[in-house]
Amino acid sequence: MGLGPGLLDVLRDYYPIFLRGMVGTLKYAFIAVSLGSILGAFIALINLSKSKALNTLGAIYVNVLRGTPLLVQMYIAYFFIPIAIPALNSVSKEVYVLIALILNSSAYVSEIIRGGINSVDKGQTEAARSLGMTASHTMTKIVLPQAIKNILPALANEYIAMIKETSLAGTFMLYELMYTRTLLANKFLVWQPLFIIAAIYLVLTLVLSWGVRSMEKRFSVSD
Amino acid sequence: MIEKNEVLIETKDLRKNFGDLQVLKGISEKIYRGEVMTIIGPSGGGKSTFLRCLNMLEEPSGGQVIFEGVVLDAKSTDLNRHRQKIGMVFQQFNVFPHLTVLENITLAPTLELGVSKEDAEKEALELLKMVGLEEKVHEYPRKLSGGQKQRLAIVRALAMHPDVMLFDEPTSALDPEMVKGVLDVIQDLAESGMTCVIVTHEMGFAKQISDRILFIDDGIVAESGTPEELFEHPQNPRTKDFLSKVLY
Repeated sequence: MGLGPGLLDVLRDYYPIFLRGMVGTLKYAFIAVSLGSILGAFIALINLSKSKALNTLGAIYVNVLRGTPLLVQMYIAYFFIPIAIPALNSVSKEVYVLIALILNSSAYVSEIIRGGINSVDKGQTEAARSLGMTASHTMTKIVLPQAIKNILPALANEYIAMIKETSLAGTFMLYELMYTRTLLANKFLVWQPLFIIAAIYLVLTLVLSWGVRSMEKRFSVSD
Repeated sequence: MIEKNEVLIETKDLRKNFGDLQVLKGISEKIYRGEVMTIIGPSGGGKSTFLRCLNMLEEPSGGQVIFEGVVLDAKSTDLNRHRQKIGMVFQQFNVFPHLTVLENITLAPTLELGVSKEDAEKEALELLKMVGLEEKVHEYPRKLSGGQKQRLAIVRALAMHPDVMLFDEPTSALDPEMVKGVLDVIQDLAESGMTCVIVTHEMGFAKQISDRILFIDDGIVAESGTPEELFEHPQNPRTKDFLSKVLY
């Protein structure tokens, strides 16, 4: 027995499978980061609030989610949610894994948003408040528009990182790139899918990183 | 001379601590409507902190700030409404870099006072003309010099029609050749009858513009009086010592 079919042959024969896997990967990463961003914004506000109790809760949330492996979080979501919340039993298992991805992403995003807001000079807030602007107007009209140019590139990088992280979801049969390996292993293709998958991940992250760099350059021009 | 007997701002035993450090150790002062008061004194003596307590940018640790009869540091006070009446100009300008010169001025009046966009822009243009910035109206602040930024910051505050203007070392961050343009604007403002409280290291300016000067050192008002009293006949040895170091 030799190596079997070559990479290009496998790619030609099974490209719909890889394509569907790639779309799945991009989709799950997008869902995780966009819903994670909304949740992360709330966590950031909790961490920036003046309440010590809220700060502590927020810090625990962020530290636990960043300090434990995503794979462990996915297992816990996969096996614990149906037991803990029987009402969710009828929901597809895909959702449990996604919840883990979203929560994990929200912890990272909250730190990105917090950092972005803290990067805006305190004098900006003081000037706005001294004009009699409300706290929420100060945040939405003065601080956030200036924070966003630090936040957006970092968020894009989080999306790129998440593209790699979602490979763990294949473990739970979510149809993403890494899952195609399982599908094709059933057809006795062991090594070819791995190289093809790796190449697709590489192309995705390189292209997106390049996009982020040009976005950063555009933002820095307006300084 | 304008009759100056209506108290606009009063502080009663105003105190402020930063951790264990007592920065203000009980200041009781009255600022009258139409008055031009400058605050001088050594760095770290508490003069900026005093100024920043007047609009609650620093929350006092004790005592009261009463503005137009309202206790600002009371929990029930709608601080935003009163802050609209207290303009402030900062050492570092703090203009909004993501907004054009025009938007810097119109944002707060449209947002907080409900002024229409047209009216706000019309007034902004007049204010910009007053300080010689009418040609910069659609520029972003990064295209402005320090002096231009500070003049923008002044008219941004004026657009809210404040009853008093607070200046926190308005020329300390400026290149020397920019100082006069900014001081001229402040002087015009003072002469138009605006109540001004000015923290400054420009002794000549203080002498020329002030109705009254406070010398704040080590968290208290060590001495106060007219420019003549303070500069020509200082009583407190600390005032004498300070003046001997800054006047040459």
